[in-house]
Amino acid sequence: MRLFKDYLARKTMLGLSFVPGLIVLLMCLGLFLKSRPILAQKSFFSLLFSSAWSPLRGEFGLFPFIMGTLWVTFVALIMAVPVSLLSAIYLSEYAPRFIRESTKPIIDLLAGLPSVIYGVWGVLLIVPFVGQVLAPLFGVESSGYTILAGGVVLAIMIFPTIISVCLEVFTSIPYEMRETSLSLGATKWETVRYVVLKKGLQGIIAAVVLGLSRAFGETMAVLMVVGNIPRVPKSVFDSGYPLPALIANNYGEMMSVPLYDSALMLAAGALLLVVIAFNLLARFTLIRVERKAE
Amino acid sequence: MTLPLTKRRSIHRKVEEGVFKILMVASMVIVVGCLVLIVGTIIWKGLPALSLSMITQTPKGGYYLGREGGILNAIMGSLYLASGATLLALMFSLPVVLFINLYNKKNSRLAEWTRFSFDVLWGIPSIVYGAFGFLIMIFLGLRASLLAGIFTVALLEFPIMSRAMDEVIRLVPRSLLDASYSLGATRLETALKVVVRQCLPGILTAVLIAFGRGIGDAASVLFTTGFTDRLPTSLFQPAATLPLAIFFQLGTPFPEVQERAYASAAVLTVMILLISLVARGLIKKSTKHIIK
Repeated sequence: MRLFKDYLARKTMLGLSFVPGLIVLLMCLGLFLKSRPILAQKSFFSLLFSSAWSPLRGEFGLFPFIMGTLWVTFVALIMAVPVSLLSAIYLSEYAPRFIRESTKPIIDLLAGLPSVIYGVWGVLLIVPFVGQVLAPLFGVESSGYTILAGGVVLAIMIFPTIISVCLEVFTSIPYEMRETSLSLGATKWETVRYVVLKKGLQGIIAAVVLGLSRAFGETMAVLMVVGNIPRVPKSVFDSGYPLPALIANNYGEMMSVPLYDSALMLAAGALLLVVIAFNLLARFTLIRVERKAE
Repeated sequence: MTLPLTKRRSIHRKVEEGVFKILMVASMVIVVGCLVLIVGTIIWKGLPALSLSMITQTPKGGYYLGREGGILNAIMGSLYLASGATLLALMFSLPVVLFINLYNKKNSRLAEWTRFSFDVLWGIPSIVYGAFGFLIMIFLGLRASLLAGIFTVALLEFPIMSRAMDEVIRLVPRSLLDASYSLGATRLETALKVVVRQCLPGILTAVLIAFGRGIGDAASVLFTTGFTDRLPTSLFQPAATLPLAIFFQLGTPFPEVQERAYASAAVLTVMILLISLVARGLIKKSTKHIIK
Protein backbone atom coordinates (compact mmCIF):
# COMPACT_ATOMS: atom_id res chain seq x y z
CA MET A 1 0.00 0.00 0.00
CA ARG A 2 2.72 2.44 0.92
CA LEU A 3 4.67 1.51 -2.13
CA PHE A 4 1.59 1.95 -4.27
CA LYS A 5 1.04 5.39 -2.82
CA ASP A 6 4.63 6.22 -3.54
CA TYR A 7 4.25 4.97 -7.10
CA LEU A 8 1.09 7.01 -7.59
CA ALA A 9 2.68 10.14 -6.19
CA ARG A 10 5.70 9.60 -8.37
CA LYS A 11 3.63 9.40 -11.54
CA THR A 12 1.54 12.47 -10.65
CA MET A 13 4.61 14.48 -9.83
CA LEU A 14 6.30 13.40 -13.03
CA GLY A 15 3.23 14.56 -14.92
CA LEU A 16 3.21 17.89 -13.10
CA SER A 17 6.86 18.46 -13.91
CA PHE A 18 5.95 18.87 -17.55
CA VAL A 19 3.47 21.63 -16.69
CA PRO A 20 5.88 24.59 -16.75
CA GLY A 21 7.24 23.68 -20.17
CA LEU A 22 3.74 23.04 -21.39
CA ILE A 23 2.52 26.46 -20.25
CA VAL A 24 5.19 28.17 -22.33
CA LEU A 25 4.16 26.19 -25.41
CA LEU A 26 0.46 26.75 -24.79
CA MET A 27 0.98 30.49 -24.46
CA CYS A 28 2.82 30.71 -27.76
CA LEU A 29 0.23 28.54 -29.48
CA GLY A 30 -2.78 30.36 -28.04
CA LEU A 31 -1.52 33.81 -28.92
CA PHE A 32 -0.49 32.65 -32.38
CA LEU A 33 -3.90 31.12 -33.10
CA LYS A 34 -5.61 34.29 -31.94
CA SER A 35 -3.47 36.53 -34.11
CA ARG A 36 -3.99 34.43 -37.23
CA PRO A 37 -7.07 36.34 -38.48
CA ILE A 38 -5.06 39.52 -38.86
CA LEU A 39 -2.03 37.75 -40.24
CA ALA A 40 -4.28 36.24 -42.89
CA GLN A 41 -5.15 39.70 -44.14
CA LYS A 42 -1.88 41.51 -43.85
CA SER A 43 1.69 40.44 -43.95
CA PHE A 44 3.62 40.30 -40.72
CA PHE A 45 6.17 42.86 -41.85
CA SER A 46 3.68 45.38 -43.11
CA LEU A 47 2.07 45.26 -39.67
CA LEU A 48 5.39 45.74 -37.92
CA PHE A 49 6.61 48.61 -40.06
CA SER A 50 3.45 50.57 -40.75
CA SER A 51 2.80 53.69 -38.69
CA ALA A 52 -0.89 53.94 -39.48
CA TRP A 53 -2.90 53.20 -36.36
CA SER A 54 -6.65 53.60 -36.60
CA PRO A 55 -8.47 50.45 -35.55
CA LEU A 56 -11.82 51.78 -36.73
CA ARG A 57 -10.57 51.91 -40.29
CA GLY A 58 -8.85 48.57 -39.88
CA GLU A 59 -5.33 49.93 -39.85
CA PHE A 60 -3.09 48.29 -37.30
CA GLY A 61 0.45 49.55 -37.80
CA LEU A 62 2.45 48.58 -34.75
CA PHE A 63 5.54 50.58 -35.66
CA PRO A 64 4.97 53.56 -33.31
CA PHE A 65 4.44 51.19 -30.40
CA ILE A 66 7.50 49.13 -31.17
CA MET A 67 9.55 52.31 -31.35
CA GLY A 68 8.00 53.50 -28.09
CA THR A 69 9.04 50.28 -26.39
CA LEU A 70 12.55 50.44 -27.82
CA TRP A 71 13.07 54.07 -26.77
CA VAL A 72 11.89 53.53 -23.22
CA THR A 73 13.91 50.35 -22.83
CA PHE A 74 17.01 51.99 -24.28
CA VAL A 75 16.79 55.01 -21.98
CA ALA A 76 16.24 52.72 -19.00
CA LEU A 77 19.24 50.56 -19.88
CA ILE A 78 21.58 53.53 -20.31
CA MET A 79 20.76 54.59 -16.78
CA ALA A 80 20.43 51.22 -15.14
CA VAL A 81 23.48 49.37 -16.46
CA PRO A 82 26.30 51.53 -15.06
CA VAL A 83 24.60 52.03 -11.71
CA SER A 84 23.72 48.38 -11.18
CA LEU A 85 27.05 47.11 -12.46
CA LEU A 86 29.01 49.41 -10.14
CA SER A 87 26.76 48.49 -7.23
CA ALA A 88 27.21 44.80 -7.93
CA ILE A 89 31.00 45.20 -8.08
CA TYR A 90 30.95 47.14 -4.85
CA LEU A 91 28.80 44.54 -3.12
CA SER A 92 30.82 41.58 -4.30
CA GLU A 93 34.38 42.97 -4.09
CA TYR A 94 34.54 45.92 -1.73
CA ALA A 95 31.66 45.99 0.70
CA PRO A 96 32.15 44.75 4.24
CA ARG A 97 30.01 41.82 5.22
CA PHE A 98 27.34 43.71 7.12
CA ILE A 99 26.64 46.03 4.19
CA ARG A 100 26.34 43.07 1.87
CA GLU A 101 23.92 41.34 4.23
CA SER A 102 21.81 44.41 4.85
CA THR A 103 21.47 45.46 1.20
CA LYS A 104 20.04 42.11 0.15
CA PRO A 105 16.61 42.76 1.70
CA ILE A 106 16.64 46.23 0.18
CA ILE A 107 17.24 44.86 -3.30
CA ASP A 108 14.61 42.16 -2.77
CA LEU A 109 12.14 44.78 -1.66
CA LEU A 110 12.90 46.91 -4.71
CA ALA A 111 12.09 43.86 -6.80
CA GLY A 112 8.95 43.12 -4.83
CA LEU A 113 7.31 46.55 -4.95
CA PRO A 114 4.25 46.43 -7.22
CA SER A 115 4.58 48.23 -10.51
CA VAL A 116 1.57 50.39 -9.73
CA ILE A 117 3.50 51.82 -6.80
CA TYR A 118 6.37 52.69 -9.12
CA GLY A 119 3.80 54.27 -11.39
CA VAL A 120 2.25 56.40 -8.65
CA TRP A 121 5.70 57.45 -7.52
CA GLY A 122 6.63 58.34 -11.08
CA VAL A 123 3.54 60.50 -11.43
CA LEU A 124 4.22 62.19 -8.09
CA LEU A 125 7.91 62.88 -8.48
CA ILE A 126 9.51 62.04 -11.81
CA VAL A 127 6.89 63.46 -14.15
CA PRO A 128 6.87 66.93 -12.54
CA PHE A 129 10.65 66.83 -12.29
CA VAL A 130 11.05 66.07 -15.99
CA GLY A 131 8.34 68.52 -17.02
CA GLN A 132 9.30 71.46 -14.82
CA VAL A 133 13.02 71.09 -14.22
CA LEU A 134 14.71 69.02 -16.91
CA ALA A 135 12.71 70.09 -19.94
CA PRO A 136 13.17 73.85 -19.38
CA LEU A 137 16.85 73.16 -18.72
CA PHE A 138 17.16 71.76 -22.22
CA GLY A 139 14.84 74.42 -23.59
CA VAL A 140 11.92 72.18 -24.56
CA GLU A 141 8.23 72.32 -23.76
CA SER A 142 7.05 69.13 -22.12
CA SER A 143 4.22 67.92 -19.94
CA GLY A 144 6.58 65.57 -18.16
CA TYR A 145 4.73 62.50 -19.36
CA THR A 146 7.63 61.45 -21.52
CA ILE A 147 9.91 58.67 -22.65
CA LEU A 148 12.46 60.03 -20.20
CA ALA A 149 10.10 59.68 -17.23
CA GLY A 150 9.24 56.13 -18.31
CA GLY A 151 12.94 55.35 -18.68
CA VAL A 152 13.81 56.61 -15.21
CA VAL A 153 11.06 54.60 -13.53
CA LEU A 154 11.93 51.55 -15.58
CA ALA A 155 15.64 51.88 -14.79
CA ILE A 156 14.90 51.66 -11.07
CA MET A 157 12.67 48.67 -11.66
CA ILE A 158 15.41 46.70 -13.39
CA PHE A 159 18.17 47.52 -10.87
CA PRO A 160 17.41 44.41 -8.79
CA THR A 161 17.44 42.03 -11.76
CA ILE A 162 20.80 43.20 -13.08
CA ILE A 163 22.39 43.51 -9.64
CA SER A 164 21.41 40.07 -8.41
CA VAL A 165 22.38 38.24 -11.60
CA CYS A 166 25.72 40.10 -11.69
CA LEU A 167 26.33 39.16 -8.05
CA GLU A 168 25.76 35.50 -8.88
CA VAL A 169 28.18 35.75 -11.78
CA PHE A 170 30.87 37.44 -9.68
CA THR A 171 30.65 34.89 -6.90
CA SER A 172 31.16 32.10 -9.42
CA ILE A 173 34.60 33.51 -10.31
CA PRO A 174 37.19 31.59 -8.29
CA TYR A 175 38.84 33.54 -5.52
CA GLU A 176 42.30 32.30 -6.44
CA MET A 177 42.21 34.31 -9.65
CA ARG A 178 41.77 37.54 -7.72
CA GLU A 179 44.51 36.57 -5.29
CA THR A 180 46.89 35.91 -8.14
CA SER A 181 46.22 39.31 -9.60
CA LEU A 182 46.57 41.04 -6.22
CA SER A 183 49.80 39.24 -5.45
CA LEU A 184 51.26 40.51 -8.72
CA GLY A 185 50.84 44.00 -7.35
CA ALA A 186 47.61 45.00 -9.06
CA THR A 187 45.37 47.37 -7.17
CA LYS A 188 41.93 46.22 -6.21
CA TRP A 189 40.31 48.14 -9.04
CA GLU A 190 42.80 46.74 -11.55
CA THR A 191 41.95 43.27 -10.34
CA VAL A 192 38.27 44.02 -10.83
CA ARG A 193 38.87 45.45 -14.27
CA TYR A 194 41.24 42.87 -15.66
CA VAL A 195 40.08 39.75 -13.85
CA VAL A 196 36.53 40.01 -12.55
CA LEU A 197 35.01 42.02 -15.38
CA LYS A 198 36.90 40.15 -18.04
CA LYS A 199 35.99 36.74 -16.66
CA GLY A 200 32.43 37.76 -15.94
CA LEU A 201 31.78 39.56 -19.22
CA GLN A 202 29.43 36.95 -20.64
CA GLY A 203 27.52 36.78 -17.40
CA ILE A 204 27.24 40.55 -17.26
CA ILE A 205 25.84 40.59 -20.77
CA ALA A 206 23.34 37.93 -19.74
CA ALA A 207 22.33 40.03 -16.73
CA VAL A 208 21.79 43.06 -18.94
CA VAL A 209 19.72 41.02 -21.38
CA LEU A 210 17.55 39.75 -18.53
CA GLY A 211 17.08 43.33 -17.34
CA LEU A 212 16.25 44.33 -20.89
CA SER A 213 13.55 41.71 -21.22
CA ARG A 214 12.09 42.79 -17.88
CA ALA A 215 11.97 46.35 -19.16
CA PHE A 216 10.41 45.26 -22.43
CA GLY A 217 7.35 43.75 -20.83
CA GLU A 218 6.79 46.14 -17.95
CA THR A 219 3.32 47.56 -18.28
CA MET A 220 1.59 49.51 -15.57
CA ALA A 221 4.40 51.71 -14.30
CA VAL A 222 5.42 52.77 -17.78
CA LEU A 223 1.83 53.20 -18.91
CA MET A 224 1.22 55.68 -16.11
CA VAL A 225 4.12 58.01 -16.88
CA VAL A 226 4.91 57.75 -20.56
CA GLY A 227 2.04 59.75 -22.03
CA ASN A 228 0.54 57.22 -24.44
CA ILE A 229 0.44 59.06 -27.74
CA PRO A 230 0.65 56.72 -30.73
CA ARG A 231 3.39 58.51 -32.61
CA VAL A 232 7.00 57.58 -33.26
CA PRO A 233 8.96 59.51 -30.62
CA LYS A 234 11.76 61.78 -31.81
CA SER A 235 13.43 62.69 -28.54
CA VAL A 236 13.34 61.63 -24.92
CA PHE A 237 11.08 64.59 -24.18
CA ASP A 238 8.36 63.23 -26.48
CA SER A 239 5.54 61.06 -25.30
CA GLY A 240 5.60 57.45 -26.36
CA TYR A 241 3.25 54.50 -26.39
CA PRO A 242 4.96 51.18 -25.67
CA LEU A 243 3.44 47.86 -26.76
CA PRO A 244 2.41 46.58 -23.31
CA ALA A 245 0.65 49.87 -22.60
CA LEU A 246 -1.23 49.50 -25.86
CA ILE A 247 -2.48 46.07 -24.85
CA ALA A 248 -3.44 47.19 -21.36
CA ASN A 249 -5.22 50.36 -22.45
CA ASN A 250 -7.47 48.84 -25.06
CA TYR A 251 -8.72 45.66 -23.48
CA GLY A 252 -12.15 47.24 -23.06
CA GLU A 253 -12.90 48.11 -26.65
CA MET A 254 -11.00 45.38 -28.41
CA MET A 255 -13.93 43.02 -28.58
CA SER A 256 -16.21 45.50 -30.33
CA VAL A 257 -13.97 46.41 -33.27
CA PRO A 258 -13.24 43.69 -35.85
CA LEU A 259 -9.68 42.39 -35.89
CA TYR A 260 -8.76 44.66 -32.97
CA ASP A 261 -8.42 41.76 -30.53
CA SER A 262 -6.42 39.88 -33.11
CA ALA A 263 -4.01 42.81 -33.50
CA LEU A 264 -3.57 43.13 -29.74
CA MET A 265 -2.95 39.41 -29.36
CA LEU A 266 -0.39 39.68 -32.14
CA ALA A 267 1.27 42.43 -30.10
CA ALA A 268 1.22 40.20 -27.01
CA GLY A 269 2.56 37.28 -29.02
CA ALA A 270 5.37 39.36 -30.47
CA LEU A 271 6.24 40.56 -26.99
CA LEU A 272 6.25 36.99 -25.72
CA LEU A 273 8.52 35.78 -28.51
CA VAL A 274 11.03 38.59 -28.04
CA VAL A 275 11.12 38.06 -24.29
CA ILE A 276 11.48 34.29 -24.62
CA ALA A 277 14.29 34.72 -27.15
CA PHE A 278 16.14 37.10 -24.83
CA ASN A 279 15.61 34.80 -21.88
CA LEU A 280 16.84 31.72 -23.71
CA LEU A 281 19.94 33.59 -24.81
CA ALA A 282 20.69 34.89 -21.33
CA ARG A 283 19.97 31.62 -19.51
CA PHE A 284 22.08 29.54 -21.87
CA THR A 285 24.94 31.97 -21.38
CA LEU A 286 24.53 31.81 -17.62
CA ILE A 287 24.47 28.02 -17.61
CA ARG A 288 27.66 28.02 -19.68
CA VAL A 289 29.30 30.46 -17.30
CA GLU A 290 28.32 28.30 -14.32
CA ARG A 291 29.63 25.15 -15.94
CA LYS A 292 32.94 26.82 -16.66
CA ALA A 293 33.21 27.90 -13.05
CA GLU A 294 32.76 24.34 -11.88
CA MET B 1 59.86 69.20 -11.13
CA THR B 2 58.40 66.24 -13.01
CA LEU B 3 58.11 63.09 -10.98
CA PRO B 4 59.73 59.91 -12.19
CA LEU B 5 57.56 57.83 -14.48
CA THR B 6 56.90 54.98 -12.05
CA LYS B 7 55.85 57.40 -9.36
CA ARG B 8 53.43 59.17 -11.69
CA ARG B 9 51.97 55.88 -12.78
CA SER B 10 51.46 54.81 -9.22
CA ILE B 11 49.65 58.06 -8.42
CA HIS B 12 47.55 57.57 -11.51
CA ARG B 13 46.62 54.09 -10.34
CA LYS B 14 45.68 55.30 -6.89
CA VAL B 15 43.53 58.07 -8.35
CA GLU B 16 41.78 55.60 -10.64
CA GLU B 17 41.12 53.32 -7.70
CA GLY B 18 39.71 56.20 -5.68
CA VAL B 19 37.53 57.54 -8.47
CA PHE B 20 35.94 54.19 -9.11
CA LYS B 21 35.43 53.54 -5.46
CA ILE B 22 33.55 56.81 -5.14
CA LEU B 23 31.49 55.95 -8.20
CA MET B 24 30.62 52.57 -6.73
CA VAL B 25 29.55 53.96 -3.40
CA ALA B 26 27.55 56.59 -5.25
CA SER B 27 25.71 53.94 -7.27
CA MET B 28 24.98 52.00 -4.14
CA VAL B 29 23.58 55.15 -2.56
CA ILE B 30 21.42 55.71 -5.64
CA VAL B 31 19.97 52.20 -5.44
CA VAL B 32 19.23 52.36 -1.74
CA GLY B 33 18.13 55.98 -2.02
CA CYS B 34 15.59 55.07 -4.70
CA LEU B 35 13.87 52.60 -2.41
CA VAL B 36 13.81 55.06 0.48
CA LEU B 37 12.56 57.80 -1.83
CA ILE B 38 9.80 55.65 -3.31
CA VAL B 39 8.50 54.25 -0.03
CA GLY B 40 8.95 57.63 1.65
CA THR B 41 7.07 59.57 -1.03
CA ILE B 42 4.18 57.12 -1.12
CA ILE B 43 3.77 57.05 2.66
CA TRP B 44 4.25 60.80 3.01
CA LYS B 45 1.66 61.57 0.33
CA GLY B 46 -0.68 58.74 1.25
CA LEU B 47 -0.96 58.81 5.02
CA PRO B 48 -2.56 62.28 5.34
CA ALA B 49 -5.25 61.20 2.87
CA LEU B 50 -5.89 57.93 4.62
CA SER B 51 -8.88 57.64 6.90
CA LEU B 52 -10.62 54.85 8.71
CA SER B 53 -13.64 55.00 6.44
CA MET B 54 -11.40 54.45 3.45
CA ILE B 55 -10.39 51.00 4.54
CA THR B 56 -13.67 49.94 6.14
CA GLN B 57 -16.23 50.98 3.51
CA THR B 58 -17.04 50.03 -0.02
CA PRO B 59 -17.44 52.85 -2.56
CA LYS B 60 -20.76 54.64 -2.33
CA GLY B 61 -22.47 56.24 -5.32
CA GLY B 62 -20.24 58.85 -6.91
CA TYR B 63 -17.13 57.69 -5.12
CA TYR B 64 -15.01 58.34 -8.15
CA LEU B 65 -16.35 61.88 -8.28
CA GLY B 66 -15.08 62.52 -4.77
CA ARG B 67 -18.02 61.41 -2.63
CA GLU B 68 -18.20 59.06 0.34
CA GLY B 69 -16.85 55.57 0.57
CA GLY B 70 -13.68 53.59 0.72
CA ILE B 71 -11.68 50.90 -0.98
CA LEU B 72 -12.67 47.90 1.13
CA ASN B 73 -13.90 46.20 -2.04
CA ALA B 74 -10.44 46.44 -3.57
CA ILE B 75 -8.62 45.37 -0.41
CA MET B 76 -10.82 42.32 0.07
CA GLY B 77 -10.81 41.54 -3.64
CA SER B 78 -7.03 41.59 -3.72
CA LEU B 79 -6.79 39.41 -0.61
CA TYR B 80 -9.24 36.83 -2.02
CA LEU B 81 -7.53 36.85 -5.36
CA ALA B 82 -4.00 36.54 -4.03
CA SER B 83 -4.93 33.87 -1.47
CA GLY B 84 -6.73 31.76 -4.03
CA ALA B 85 -3.97 32.12 -6.56
CA THR B 86 -1.26 31.37 -4.04
CA LEU B 87 -3.06 28.23 -2.90
CA LEU B 88 -3.49 27.04 -6.48
CA ALA B 89 0.13 27.82 -7.34
CA LEU B 90 1.30 25.98 -4.21
CA MET B 91 -0.64 22.89 -5.24
CA PHE B 92 1.37 22.72 -8.42
CA SER B 93 4.72 24.04 -7.42
CA LEU B 94 5.37 22.02 -4.27
CA PRO B 95 5.00 18.63 -6.01
CA VAL B 96 7.09 19.73 -8.98
CA VAL B 97 9.89 21.06 -6.82
CA LEU B 98 9.85 17.98 -4.58
CA PHE B 99 9.92 15.79 -7.65
CA ILE B 100 12.88 17.39 -9.37
CA ASN B 101 14.84 17.34 -6.13
CA LEU B 102 14.00 13.94 -4.66
CA TYR B 103 12.77 11.51 -7.25
CA ASN B 104 15.16 12.56 -9.90
CA LYS B 105 18.83 12.73 -9.40
CA LYS B 106 19.49 16.32 -8.47
CA ASN B 107 20.94 17.34 -11.76
CA SER B 108 19.13 15.06 -14.18
CA ARG B 109 18.05 16.30 -17.55
CA LEU B 110 14.39 16.57 -16.57
CA ALA B 111 15.25 18.62 -13.51
CA GLU B 112 17.40 20.89 -15.60
CA TRP B 113 14.70 21.40 -18.18
CA THR B 114 12.09 22.08 -15.55
CA ARG B 115 14.32 24.66 -13.88
CA PHE B 116 14.99 26.15 -17.26
CA SER B 117 11.31 26.47 -18.09
CA PHE B 118 10.71 28.09 -14.72
CA ASP B 119 13.38 30.63 -15.60
CA VAL B 120 11.70 31.33 -18.91
CA LEU B 121 8.26 31.57 -17.32
CA TRP B 122 9.67 33.91 -14.70
CA GLY B 123 10.81 36.28 -17.44
CA ILE B 124 7.44 36.48 -19.20
CA PRO B 125 5.81 39.86 -18.54
CA SER B 126 2.57 39.91 -16.60
CA ILE B 127 0.65 41.58 -19.42
CA VAL B 128 1.27 38.47 -21.52
CA TYR B 129 -0.07 36.32 -18.68
CA GLY B 130 -3.07 38.62 -18.70
CA ALA B 131 -3.60 38.17 -22.43
CA PHE B 132 -3.16 34.41 -22.11
CA GLY B 133 -5.57 34.21 -19.18
CA PHE B 134 -8.01 36.22 -21.23
CA LEU B 135 -7.74 33.76 -24.12
CA ILE B 136 -8.38 30.81 -21.83
CA MET B 137 -11.29 32.65 -20.26
CA ILE B 138 -12.89 33.23 -23.67
CA PHE B 139 -12.13 29.64 -24.65
CA LEU B 140 -13.94 28.30 -21.60
CA GLY B 141 -16.78 30.75 -22.01
CA LEU B 142 -16.16 32.50 -18.69
CA ARG B 143 -16.70 36.18 -18.07
CA ALA B 144 -14.22 38.36 -16.24
CA SER B 145 -14.43 36.93 -12.75
CA LEU B 146 -12.57 36.20 -9.56
CA LEU B 147 -12.00 32.65 -10.80
CA ALA B 148 -10.39 33.72 -14.06
CA GLY B 149 -8.24 36.17 -12.12
CA ILE B 150 -7.17 33.51 -9.63
CA PHE B 151 -6.19 31.23 -12.47
CA THR B 152 -4.15 33.90 -14.26
CA VAL B 153 -2.39 35.13 -11.14
CA ALA B 154 -1.66 31.52 -10.14
CA LEU B 155 0.11 31.07 -13.47
CA LEU B 156 2.11 34.20 -12.78
CA GLU B 157 3.03 33.10 -9.26
CA PHE B 158 3.90 29.53 -10.24
CA PRO B 159 7.47 30.18 -11.45
CA ILE B 160 8.17 32.74 -8.73
CA MET B 161 7.15 30.37 -5.96
CA SER B 162 8.85 27.35 -7.48
CA ARG B 163 12.17 29.07 -7.98
CA ALA B 164 12.22 30.35 -4.42
CA MET B 165 11.26 26.90 -3.09
CA ASP B 166 13.78 25.09 -5.24
CA GLU B 167 16.54 27.20 -3.74
CA VAL B 168 15.72 25.94 -0.24
CA ILE B 169 14.90 22.33 -1.02
CA ARG B 170 18.03 21.98 -3.12
CA LEU B 171 20.07 22.55 0.02
CA VAL B 172 18.63 19.62 1.98
CA PRO B 173 21.63 17.49 2.79
CA ARG B 174 21.89 14.13 1.04
CA SER B 175 22.66 12.43 4.35
CA LEU B 176 19.30 13.45 5.79
CA LEU B 177 17.50 11.76 2.89
CA ASP B 178 19.67 8.68 3.19
CA ALA B 179 18.90 8.44 6.89
CA SER B 180 15.19 8.55 6.14
CA TYR B 181 15.42 5.96 3.37
CA SER B 182 17.48 3.65 5.50
CA LEU B 183 14.71 3.64 8.10
CA GLY B 184 12.46 2.19 5.43
CA ALA B 185 10.55 5.32 4.50
CA THR B 186 9.37 5.59 0.93
CA ARG B 187 10.26 8.62 -1.15
CA LEU B 188 6.81 10.13 -0.64
CA GLU B 189 7.05 9.76 3.12
CA THR B 190 10.52 11.24 3.10
CA ALA B 191 9.32 14.12 0.97
CA LEU B 192 6.32 14.99 3.11
CA LYS B 193 7.57 14.20 6.59
CA VAL B 194 11.25 15.02 6.42
CA VAL B 195 11.93 17.43 3.59
CA VAL B 196 8.83 19.58 3.93
CA ARG B 197 9.32 19.83 7.68
CA GLN B 198 12.98 20.64 7.34
CA CYS B 199 12.26 23.34 4.78
CA LEU B 200 9.00 24.66 6.18
CA PRO B 201 10.17 28.21 6.89
CA GLY B 202 11.78 28.40 3.47
CA ILE B 203 8.64 27.10 1.81
CA LEU B 204 6.52 29.61 3.69
CA THR B 205 8.86 32.37 2.57
CA ALA B 206 8.43 31.27 -1.03
CA VAL B 207 4.68 31.30 -0.56
CA LEU B 208 4.80 34.80 0.92
CA ILE B 209 6.97 36.13 -1.89
CA ALA B 210 4.50 34.76 -4.41
CA PHE B 211 1.59 36.17 -2.41
CA GLY B 212 3.17 39.62 -2.42
CA ARG B 213 3.67 39.44 -6.15
CA GLY B 214 0.09 38.31 -6.66
CA ILE B 215 -1.37 41.10 -4.56
CA GLY B 216 0.58 43.79 -6.37
CA ASP B 217 0.19 42.75 -9.95
CA ALA B 218 -2.14 44.82 -12.06
CA ALA B 219 -1.48 43.99 -15.69
CA SER B 220 -2.56 40.37 -15.40
CA VAL B 221 -5.86 41.06 -13.64
CA LEU B 222 -6.82 43.92 -15.90
CA PHE B 223 -8.34 41.59 -18.50
CA THR B 224 -9.43 38.77 -16.32
CA THR B 225 -10.84 39.95 -13.01
CA GLY B 226 -12.82 42.97 -14.06
CA PHE B 227 -13.71 45.63 -11.52
CA THR B 228 -16.71 46.21 -9.31
CA ASP B 229 -17.73 48.36 -6.39
CA ARG B 230 -19.22 45.47 -4.45
CA LEU B 231 -17.53 42.79 -2.41
CA PRO B 232 -17.31 39.57 -4.37
CA THR B 233 -19.56 36.85 -2.99
CA SER B 234 -18.80 34.07 -5.43
CA LEU B 235 -15.97 32.92 -7.64
CA PHE B 236 -17.91 33.76 -10.76
CA GLN B 237 -18.33 37.43 -9.99
CA PRO B 238 -15.89 40.10 -11.01
CA ALA B 239 -13.76 41.51 -8.19
CA ALA B 240 -11.97 44.75 -7.56
CA THR B 241 -8.24 44.70 -6.92
CA LEU B 242 -6.09 47.19 -5.08
CA PRO B 243 -3.59 47.98 -7.86
CA LEU B 244 -6.41 48.63 -10.32
CA ALA B 245 -8.24 50.74 -7.75
CA ILE B 246 -5.10 52.87 -7.44
CA PHE B 247 -4.78 53.10 -11.20
CA PHE B 248 -8.41 54.11 -11.78
CA GLN B 249 -8.48 56.63 -8.94
CA LEU B 250 -5.30 58.24 -10.18
CA GLY B 251 -6.81 58.43 -13.65
CA THR B 252 -9.74 60.61 -12.57
CA PRO B 253 -9.42 64.37 -13.02
CA PHE B 254 -10.49 65.16 -9.44
CA PRO B 255 -7.77 66.04 -6.92
CA GLU B 256 -9.72 64.52 -3.98
CA VAL B 257 -9.95 61.19 -5.75
CA GLN B 258 -6.27 61.33 -6.69
CA GLU B 259 -5.50 61.90 -3.01
CA ARG B 260 -7.31 58.65 -2.35
CA ALA B 261 -5.17 56.93 -4.95
CA TYR B 262 -2.12 57.98 -2.92
CA ALA B 263 -3.77 56.68 0.22
CA SER B 264 -4.56 53.37 -1.48
CA ALA B 265 -0.98 53.19 -2.71
CA ALA B 266 0.17 53.67 0.88
CA VAL B 267 -2.08 50.80 1.98
CA LEU B 268 -0.64 48.53 -0.71
CA THR B 269 2.93 49.56 0.14
CA VAL B 270 2.41 48.87 3.83
CA MET B 271 0.96 45.45 2.95
CA ILE B 272 3.99 44.61 0.82
CA LEU B 273 6.37 45.84 3.52
CA LEU B 274 4.63 43.69 6.13
CA ILE B 275 4.73 40.62 3.91
CA SER B 276 8.41 41.02 3.22
CA LEU B 277 9.14 41.66 6.90
CA VAL B 278 7.43 38.40 7.85
CA ALA B 279 9.27 36.60 5.08
CA ARG B 280 12.57 38.03 6.35
CA GLY B 281 11.78 36.85 9.84
CA LEU B 282 11.03 33.37 8.57
CA ILE B 283 14.32 33.18 6.72
CA LYS B 284 16.15 34.06 9.92
CA LYS B 285 14.21 31.41 11.79
CA SER B 286 14.75 28.85 9.08
CA THR B 287 18.49 28.97 9.45
CA LYS B 288 18.25 28.38 13.19
CA HIS B 289 16.59 25.00 13.62
CA ILE B 290 17.76 23.25 10.52
CA ILE B 291 19.87 20.15 10.47
CA LYS B 292 22.88 20.96 8.40
